[in-house]
Amino acid sequence: MKKKIKIKINGKINKIDDKTKLSDLVKNLKVPLKKVAIELNREIVDKKNLNRINLKVNDKIEIVHFIGGG
Amino acid sequence: MKKDNLIISKKKFNSRLIVGTGKYKSMSECAKAIKISGADIVTVAVRRVNITDKKKPLLMDYIDPKKITYLPNTAGCFNSDEALRTLRLAREIGGWKLVKLEVLGDKKNLFPEMIETLKSTEILTKEGFKVMVYCNDDPLMAKRLENVGAAAIMPLAAPIGSGLGILNKVNIQIIRNQTKLPLIIDAGLGQASDATIAMELGCDGVLVNTAIAKAKNPFEMARAFRNAVIAGRQSFLSGRIEKKIMGSASSPKKGII
Repeated sequence: MKKKIKIKINGKINKIDDKTKLSDLVKNLKVPLKKVAIELNREIVDKKNLNRINLKVNDKIEIVHFIGGG
Repeated sequence: MKKDNLIISKKKFNSRLIVGTGKYKSMSECAKAIKISGADIVTVAVRRVNITDKKKPLLMDYIDPKKITYLPNTAGCFNSDEALRTLRLAREIGGWKLVKLEVLGDKKNLFPEMIETLKSTEILTKEGFKVMVYCNDDPLMAKRLENVGAAAIMPLAAPIGSGLGILNKVNIQIIRNQTKLPLIIDAGLGQASDATIAMELGCDGVLVNTAIAKAKNPFEMARAFRNAVIAGRQSFLSGRIEKKIMGSASSPKKGII
């Protein structure tokens, strides 16, 4: 069995397999990529490079989109 | 009348009414009100995706960003760092460079924190953003925003969501007279006539959210604001008469029986 690690996605702790690719995580979460922006540890991630990033313990991910606002 | 577009950073818009997309009962109500308002630009907020409830409707499914210009805002930000982070993320979603900067200083009155706002405007402009800046109605601060490269000056009429209308017409007029930048009244309007007054003062546009979204009938209020902005603009361009203290009869005196 693969080693599990804890990461934070949008402020909530999630357990995922160690070295999960960011692209796979986003795919599993069914995030509509064209409509979001992703931040990893406070740095914006170029959506073209998601498959080059292996997630590690305590990574903090923010996935944001547009909602109604004034 | 020749075409009278609103021009912001060389981009032309037909409507001088910008509407917010917050506070509506539903996405479909919001989309319908926007359509009726005739707005070409809508403000939107940047927030976390709900990753547990994937069925939640997305704004982009209701309001097509290819047809209506999204103006990402920084509502809810209380310092420069938060605002910069938000707008950089907004740009990443889909290349948005035209943005609304709003850095608040007080949770109760929601007045803008102008020192942080000025700082952020300068940084964002250097990064290539076209920054439409929510600000107080202070002519000196408006000038400073212009000097650091703001794309539009957006003074408040009154506190956000208050519905009080334009509290300081003189300041708005002074700002109008000193700047050629687009001047857009942002926040505090309560009814359609407030928008007309803003346009008659020579503003280039108005930004309205609560007054439409929270009206008993948002659709009819959206229509009223659409008409009010057009009426105010026409009135401004037509050149009003001078104000006089004494009466001036409308009918000729000659030929009175």
